[in-house]
Amino acid sequence: MKKISLALAFVLFSICTFAQDNTVEMATGLRSSGKIWVVVGVILTIVIGMYIYLFTIDKKVKKLEDK
Amino acid sequence: MRKNWWKILAACMVSASVVAGFIGPVPELHILNESIRNVYFHVPMWFTMLTLYLISVINSIKYLNSGDIKHDMLAVEAVNTGIIFCAFGLLTGMQWANITWGEPWPNDPKLNGSAIATLMYLAYLVLRNALDEEQKRAKISAVYNIFAFPIMVVLLYILPKLTDSLHPGNGGNSTFGDLDMDNYMRPVFYTAVIGWILTGSWVCTLRYRLRLLENKANKIQ
Repeated sequence: MKKISLALAFVLFSICTFAQDNTVEMATGLRSSGKIWVVVGVILTIVIGMYIYLFTIDKKVKKLEDK
Repeated sequence: MRKNWWKILAACMVSASVVAGFIGPVPELHILNESIRNVYFHVPMWFTMLTLYLISVINSIKYLNSGDIKHDMLAVEAVNTGIIFCAFGLLTGMQWANITWGEPWPNDPKLNGSAIATLMYLAYLVLRNALDEEQKRAKISAVYNIFAFPIMVVLLYILPKLTDSLHPGNGGNSTFGDLDMDNYMRPVFYTAVIGWILTGSWVCTLRYRLRLLENKANKIQ
């Protein structure tokens, strides 16, 4: 009986580790808490800022061309 | 403003790809985990570089046909911009390789090919600086560029497919199309690629226009 229960415990343990192995760790916490939007906001600020900067350079070149 | 619609489109597409790239669903894979989202940012750099080098080689051929120095100027500015995107591609690739492949520069044929291609295009720029006479410089560098482009394509896109490479779609590896079974990555990826290609072309035209102005100013003096 003791042996069987021990074997059963090992089998269950191996199932546990197998189940753990199957789940892929993703950043679900960051997503569910909504903090991912902070990251998106920061990168959007940089990207949009970069494009505004490009537009001002474009305008400056245009001005020089029109001279 | 009517001529600038594609610049606004570029800004919108890249911004949209940032939002969708971070928020949108991705396949859950081992080792890659969340870093699969790098596909939206690392790969478009290389596509932009390829487009710019293509613009460059087309203008080199146009220069040899017409002898118009403007084509040569566009060719060199396309390489100047393309090399920036190449540097971004290498740097982002090294960061990604460090966590998925264990080291920033594993001995992968695609990586070594990209290093050779980068050196080839750097040599193009050095070659131009070494020649003083305008006509000679334009002609020799145009011929060099026509040779460099197909070698770059072979090194980056053909040889890695024939041998073992760590990159997806190379050497029997599954492509990202196979990993992305539900096809929800595809629209975001294409938006990012087109957005970045338009952005790269925009920077290239800015440099070209500045060079034309510089040329005009030099002639007046």
